[in-house]
Amino acid sequence: MAEKIEGSPGYAPGTRVSTKDIVENKITYTWWEPEVQYSWSLGQAMSKFLTGLKKGKILGRTCIKCDRVLVPPRMFCEYCYGPTDAWIELKDTGTIETYSISYLDSDARRIKKPILIGVISIDGASPQHGFMHYFGEMSEKDIHIGMRVKAVWKSPKDREGAITDIKYFKPLEGGEKK
Amino acid sequence: MSRKVCVIGIGHTDFNSITPDVEWKELMYEACQKAYVDAGVDPRKDVDSFITCAEDYLEGFSIFDEFVPDQIGAVLRPCCTVCGDGLYGLGTAYMQIKTGLMDVVSIESHSKISDLLTMGDILLHAFDPVFERPVMGPVERPRYGGSPEYTKEAPKPLVGSTKEKQRVHPYFLAGMEMQNYLRTTDTTEEECAEVVVKNKMNAFFNPMADYEAKISVDNVMGSEYLFTPLKKLDISPNVDGAITFVLADEKTARDLGVDPIYLSGFGWSSETPWLSTREMFADYASRSSQMAYKMAGITSPKKQIDIVEVDDRFSYKELQHLEAIGMARPGEAGQMLMEGELARDGALPTNMSGGSLGIGNCFEATGMQKALEIITQLRGHAAKRQVPDAEVGLAQAWRGIPSGSGAVTIFERGGA
Amino acid sequence: MNDVAIIGGGMTVFQRRLKETGKELSYLATKMALEEAGITKKDIDMVVMGSAPDAFDGIHQKGENLLDGAAGAGKPYVRVFNGGGTGVFAPIAGWWHVASGVADIALVVCEEKMGNCYPHPQTAFRHIWDPILDRPLSPNLVWLFAMEMNRYMTKYNIKKEDIARVAVKNKRNAVGHPCAQLPDENITIEDVLNSEMMAWPVQRLDISPPSDGASALIFCSKDKVRQFTDDPVWVDGVGWNIDSTMWTNRDLSFPRYVANAARMAYKMAGIHNPRKEIDFAEPYDPFDYKELHHMEGLLLCNKGEAPILTREGVTERDGNMPMCPSGGLLGVGNPIAATMGQKICELYWQLAGKAGKRQIPTDPMVGVGQAWGDIMQMATVAVLRRG
Ligand SMILES: [Zn+2]
Repeated sequence: MAEKIEGSPGYAPGTRVSTKDIVENKITYTWWEPEVQYSWSLGQAMSKFLTGLKKGKILGRTCIKCDRVLVPPRMFCEYCYGPTDAWIELKDTGTIETYSISYLDSDARRIKKPILIGVISIDGASPQHGFMHYFGEMSEKDIHIGMRVKAVWKSPKDREGAITDIKYFKPLEGGEKK
Repeated sequence: MSRKVCVIGIGHTDFNSITPDVEWKELMYEACQKAYVDAGVDPRKDVDSFITCAEDYLEGFSIFDEFVPDQIGAVLRPCCTVCGDGLYGLGTAYMQIKTGLMDVVSIESHSKISDLLTMGDILLHAFDPVFERPVMGPVERPRYGGSPEYTKEAPKPLVGSTKEKQRVHPYFLAGMEMQNYLRTTDTTEEECAEVVVKNKMNAFFNPMADYEAKISVDNVMGSEYLFTPLKKLDISPNVDGAITFVLADEKTARDLGVDPIYLSGFGWSSETPWLSTREMFADYASRSSQMAYKMAGITSPKKQIDIVEVDDRFSYKELQHLEAIGMARPGEAGQMLMEGELARDGALPTNMSGGSLGIGNCFEATGMQKALEIITQLRGHAAKRQVPDAEVGLAQAWRGIPSGSGAVTIFERGGA
Repeated sequence: MNDVAIIGGGMTVFQRRLKETGKELSYLATKMALEEAGITKKDIDMVVMGSAPDAFDGIHQKGENLLDGAAGAGKPYVRVFNGGGTGVFAPIAGWWHVASGVADIALVVCEEKMGNCYPHPQTAFRHIWDPILDRPLSPNLVWLFAMEMNRYMTKYNIKKEDIARVAVKNKRNAVGHPCAQLPDENITIEDVLNSEMMAWPVQRLDISPPSDGASALIFCSKDKVRQFTDDPVWVDGVGWNIDSTMWTNRDLSFPRYVANAARMAYKMAGIHNPRKEIDFAEPYDPFDYKELHHMEGLLLCNKGEAPILTREGVTERDGNMPMCPSGGLLGVGNPIAATMGQKICELYWQLAGKAGKRQIPTDPMVGVGQAWGDIMQMATVAVLRRG
């Protein structure tokens, strides 16, 4: 047990373990890998949205009551809690709301060539309505908040109805104006 | 403790073995929308607090709480997840209202178990990783190797590594418990089979049920032994669905012009998680019912309670739970069943909804399914399965394999 | 509403990996809290468990598995959960167990065992993303915070060095904390700015470390509290609030849900002017910019003003408005739910005058603790008061 000190917490129970202890098998441990598989039903809104992507289109939903155009689309509006009203085809251009330059992959492994990732608000949708995606054909120096971008699609035969049917967003030719 | 807590609205989807047409959000939205309309409240203005009961692994998320607010009307409002059966959510709402901080609280729970393809292995994942899991099957070897913190070669597990693929299905635990229950109470497999026959028959009169069937004890006895003495038909099949309740303090209920059903008592309790030292008498149900009776001022439950819905996810569980909550002495529930006491016109109508055997296993929504039936009965809205003059009802649920936790709620009609 | 006091707290050491299991950690923290309160398991009416994703511990329904360590066997026991917000939400649940009159004495235990998850706790965080829109892009959790930090920095024109100051302050504050994972007396702004780039603008020392650990608190009704202390610390206000799941439809530069939760807690506590009436705070600081973001969300300063106050030394332990005197998550460690130890246990210890080397010199009367969770959408807030 750790030594007693003045004030609270008066001591610090627990035994620290280092990575070295594990690699050298000084710690007894057990291993278990669960078989974990899901097949989420997409529901009405996402099914239509992904079918749209397969056709090279970005679809949104309108909420007349709130005067909103929602993307990603939903069958209900979270603000008025009513059903949304209609489908609407949006442009495949937009504006970078925020971004990051990542040197980590999804398991926190280090990677040499960074991933450019960010949130794009889509033209035709309500302000700051959009989704996350990759950026390409731009350098780490060029990328900035407010940059105008356009989707780069996979070829129609390679699309499968997934967010990755868009390969990435590239700089929009013709400048910064909406 | 002066405020009284009432149920002012209920809503539910149909229960279906699969629901490929809707995602979990749309399922929850339907149940919530119906409950809010039933209660006559606008969730965006009138509901002070929102509760969902869910477990991450059943849903397929690391933090399911994230994926909740939009579809239940909780955006920019107080909202939380309780990792437990829906009855735990009702108890939580009860406490929130009793503090005076909240007047109207909504509670949602659901099953979208058809999205989970590997249910058995997920339930095994709830067993103790050190003492229990290695006994239940082989351990897969590490597949990864590139973490910066480890050498390239994956670490070698010290126990339980074999090449076999097969792991045991966790329902074996129910088989063991049933074995123990039959032996210690002199209950027979046929009596358990009779529970299945009764509940699947009751389900014919419940339009939301998915597993109604007209079968005989012979059908049940003739079905395949899966976890001896547990047979295929003794086990409730899985089902998808969502249920939402709206609770309020009495004054708010009156202001809304709703005829309230009172939530007059609740209790919950947990037994030790160590399977090897846990007694198999549903002690969680005894303790939680005692707590609920005390809160509701019930001294003689069998006389004062008109209708009960108990957890029947395995047939013997209905009998075991009835005994644990003091409605029968050990070994007596089977006889009561055979003598017709648990039927609609019996002394203690039990699982009129069809129960989990007739409706399906709704996982964390199981308790809510039981409570929903009690409310429907107390409101007098149960149509052909209506129990006449039901004034006080009890709903009981268990958290399922392998837990030793459960809850009880008691509802009363009128000015109790 | 019954008044609710805190009568004991406990906390294990926080470390990337601890030898003890989750149950054992829960037991150690619980035992310490029972000792401080001078009670035993039989005095506890009900138990609340706070713990974040099951995937860290690698146990489905992990609340059930942990319950014996948390003195829950044979008792009413419930687990509440809202991601990173759990560290302050579990004590809020403890509060309502007592404030409702249902329990006289409630124990709250928060546990996290992130070291169990292989190859890295980040692997579990992969499953917090939307399975349809986000997961196909193989995201890393740090991306989220990098994107929020970038938005915040750009909107208010904040320099990275002003953000790095928070990491320096908190890692230095943690030096007096016996449980701390990353205390550093000599760390400088340059150290933070020169640390490894993870996902721009987030660098290694901007981030709190994943940890194992547990903490515990004991809540007591007004009727019983005089048996234990003459100078109780009271829970004066609680608040919680959630924003939309659709984080790509929100402006990330200001956490409006934190402001909502804070307003709820301040209203309950009768606080009209938080900047004057609150003496110190424990805002949630898993990243250095989050302390600033949350100071603004807690209405303790204007939008974009937190970096300036930090630069001026206002938020130091001996400043006018100390922030994270415990050392926060950046200094003490981030075992998600168990950070109740820095956020609420610390408020209690500071207000009770028990914080030892970390004691704020100005004799604080009112403190606010806050946590933040889910997908940048959940805020949990509690206000504690002495006397
Ligand atoms: Zn709307």
